[in-house]
Amino acid sequence: MKLSEKAEEILEALWITVEEGGAAFLDPGIMAFPADDPAYQELTGHAMIEIRQGMINLRPEGRVEGKMTIRRHRLAERLMMDVLNIRGDDGEFKACQFEHLLNEGADIKVCTMLNHPTTCPHGKPIPPGECCYQARADGDLGVVPLTEFKSGQEGEIAYIQTGDNKKMQKLMAMGVLPGNRIVLTQAYPSYIFRVGYSEFAIDTNLAREIFVRKQIA
Amino acid sequence: MSTRCSKHKEITMNGSARKVALVGNPNVGKSVLFNVLTGAYVTVSNYPGTSVEVSRGNMLINEQQWEVIDTPGMYSIHTITEEERVAREILLHESPDVVVHVLDARNLERMLAMTIQLIEAGLPVVLVVNILDEAERMGLVIDLELLRQKLGIPVIGAATARKRGIDEIRSVLHIYSCPCDQQKFEYSRLLERDITEVASLMQGDYILSRRALALLLLQQDEEIAELARHREGEGYAQLAEKIREIAFDRRETFHLELSLERKEMVRRVMAGAFTAPKVRVITVAERLSRLAVRPLTGIPMLLIVLYFGLYQFVGVFGAGTVVDLLEGKFFEGWFNPWIISVVKGIIPWEIIQELFVGEYGIITLGIRYAVGIILPVVATFFIFFSFLEDTGYFPRLALLVDRIFKHFGMTGRAVIPMVLGFGCDTMATMVTRTLETKRERIIATILLSLTIPCSAQLGVIMSLLAKFPGALAVWGGTLLLLFIVVGILSAKIIPGEAPMFYMELPPMRLPQFGNVVTKTYTRMQWYFMEILPLFVLASVLLWLGKITGFFEKMINAMTPVMASIGLPKETAVAFIFGFFRRDYGAAGLYELQTKGLMDARQLTVAAVTLTLFIPCIAQFLIMKKERGWKVAGAIGVFVSLLAFGSGFILNRALLATGLLS
Repeated sequence: MKLSEKAEEILEALWITVEEGGAAFLDPGIMAFPADDPAYQELTGHAMIEIRQGMINLRPEGRVEGKMTIRRHRLAERLMMDVLNIRGDDGEFKACQFEHLLNEGADIKVCTMLNHPTTCPHGKPIPPGECCYQARADGDLGVVPLTEFKSGQEGEIAYIQTGDNKKMQKLMAMGVLPGNRIVLTQAYPSYIFRVGYSEFAIDTNLAREIFVRKQIA
Repeated sequence: MSTRCSKHKEITMNGSARKVALVGNPNVGKSVLFNVLTGAYVTVSNYPGTSVEVSRGNMLINEQQWEVIDTPGMYSIHTITEEERVAREILLHESPDVVVHVLDARNLERMLAMTIQLIEAGLPVVLVVNILDEAERMGLVIDLELLRQKLGIPVIGAATARKRGIDEIRSVLHIYSCPCDQQKFEYSRLLERDITEVASLMQGDYILSRRALALLLLQQDEEIAELARHREGEGYAQLAEKIREIAFDRRETFHLELSLERKEMVRRVMAGAFTAPKVRVITVAERLSRLAVRPLTGIPMLLIVLYFGLYQFVGVFGAGTVVDLLEGKFFEGWFNPWIISVVKGIIPWEIIQELFVGEYGIITLGIRYAVGIILPVVATFFIFFSFLEDTGYFPRLALLVDRIFKHFGMTGRAVIPMVLGFGCDTMATMVTRTLETKRERIIATILLSLTIPCSAQLGVIMSLLAKFPGALAVWGGTLLLLFIVVGILSAKIIPGEAPMFYMELPPMRLPQFGNVVTKTYTRMQWYFMEILPLFVLASVLLWLGKITGFFEKMINAMTPVMASIGLPKETAVAFIFGFFRRDYGAAGLYELQTKGLMDARQLTVAAVTLTLFIPCIAQFLIMKKERGWKVAGAIGVFVSLLAFGSGFILNRALLATGLLS
């Protein structure tokens, strides 16, 4: 089942009002399109909503679908902000267009790439999908900056993200290369890590640029 | 292969001296090896980046004269820091007959990448796998013979600090002929194509192989680009264009891919030759290291080190017990009366008597200060510093204070010059060279010349203010406050990139007695060569000033300045002394205090002003050498103004609050 873009938008608005806002129903008057729009028909046809006394009510089927729609919208926001660095109204607008493409497994790909985020850029929760539960069950914590490690934690270096070539070379000279094992032995006041049989101390700015894959304890 | 051999000089058995260069990562024992081979002494320490200069020495192997060159540590042929550049200069321009790559056995995997780079550069490489004793203790097993085969170069296992492997190194050097059997290391097809394309455009004559230079050019090495511009002449434009093209194509990942390919090469070389135990062996030293770097245990540990090391050993024992013995008992009680009578017996003219044994006499003042007061303090400080340095404690201290130092625009690395400054600011100014950015070096130089009192000065000021604990607290508080304020302000004002902190933590070791003694001895020697002539010169100038009456005029000229900060006019003498050496000036105050000419407030103001005041001539000269005339001059003016300004304000504040009166 694939809903039209309009129908998805109605469902989103309804879901936010009811599930997050705690209201009983949504007044169709606040939507940007008339109350006789075929999109309402479409949703009622799928038994997702019910219109009683001119107000839109959310049905259990719609609750599940709405959650996934919201999830796609907020993942799209994250993608715009974090990866593509498109911010503000422009980012919001693009996210609105993009979310409709995130179906048939594309959302899982994006979610995994973003390391199963739990909140959107505005701080609202992103409803978890199957992939998020799966990742948690597997203990696959994904790729994080070294600053996210606890002392004593061991992992594998995934990549170095820095615009500064000198920093990159300095780190590589210390043995910070993708694929090498790394153990964080201390996180304060400076980061101390061990690669091979050498220990190094670095500051937060450098530690932020080393991305590591956490290992399951 | 034969073309490569011909680039290096044929063996000249009894001809001119052959050259061997020691290269490798910081803190792998190059300097120890240098000392053992040559019998000379360069400073060795358990602190990465101690050798900032190239040292040269000689040795004889079976009648053949060798020149041994010790280089500052480098992580890679592709250099980043100043020291690394200095080290590479040797490889680029001196064409040594043998290049000995020294590495740490425990970090074979990380350091072999440079061995491969050296081989790739067509250099005559000999590999010394050092610190083998500690590696064995950790349960590591290294198959040197297999490494030899895989690399195609002589490989020697050693523990230079324990004199192990030295004979073998000598005999390998003796029979070394040419780098003919070296392995060729192949990169991926794509990278090889790029290398060939660049190398084929190079026609000039170089010491390093074109292959290695091509790679360096692709890494955007400016120094090599400059070299190529010179050697290639007209062809350079085409070469530069090609490099630009490839560099742009691979802009995203070139450095990373190169490192990964080298890592893969190293992995192949290591396969079968290096076995580590399944379970990490945790040594006592490691446990101690843990304690030193955790704030909760590290800060108490620092306080213990400072209390016993600085206060008890340097302060109470050095500046107290030994100074009393030498200055009080030996000079005042016995030597001075004796030498005065001797000199007066030999020289009949009073003016000349004054020069040697008068109030400012070379012997009665210069030598007495230098030997009686300065020597014990400096000696105990250097023993303390050298001992601590060899334990490997300093890098741990550096990481502990990094966050704090960042507020002053410096990294934790700057803690070493700062601590050393308490021994000798001149030496410390020289060591600021190990700091990475120019901005950091300037800030460190300012703080050293302004707020850090050197041990000699510290000793005198301690004894000067010892009777007034309040005065000591005001003095210390003012200096600390100025350190913080000036540090924060200069971090805000001085432009430049924010520094980054990274530092290798060498294992903690129990220092070897002999090493600490030699190191203290060489530092003392350096110190005395520097200060004794200045003390003598100061005595002569003061004597000249006194007999010509010039001195009197200067004191009169300075009286208003002195009066403005509430000091008696006699202190002008101390400040004039202070221009030669700050401690000399402080010692002058000591004289005034014993005569009872100053009260606690005046002493404090004088001590603060003098501590902040212009660094000694020697430090100023080093500042000029390291930072250039402009920066050194600006710092000099700034420091003088701030010194008197602070004295003025402090005097007013003390008068207003009635503190110390």
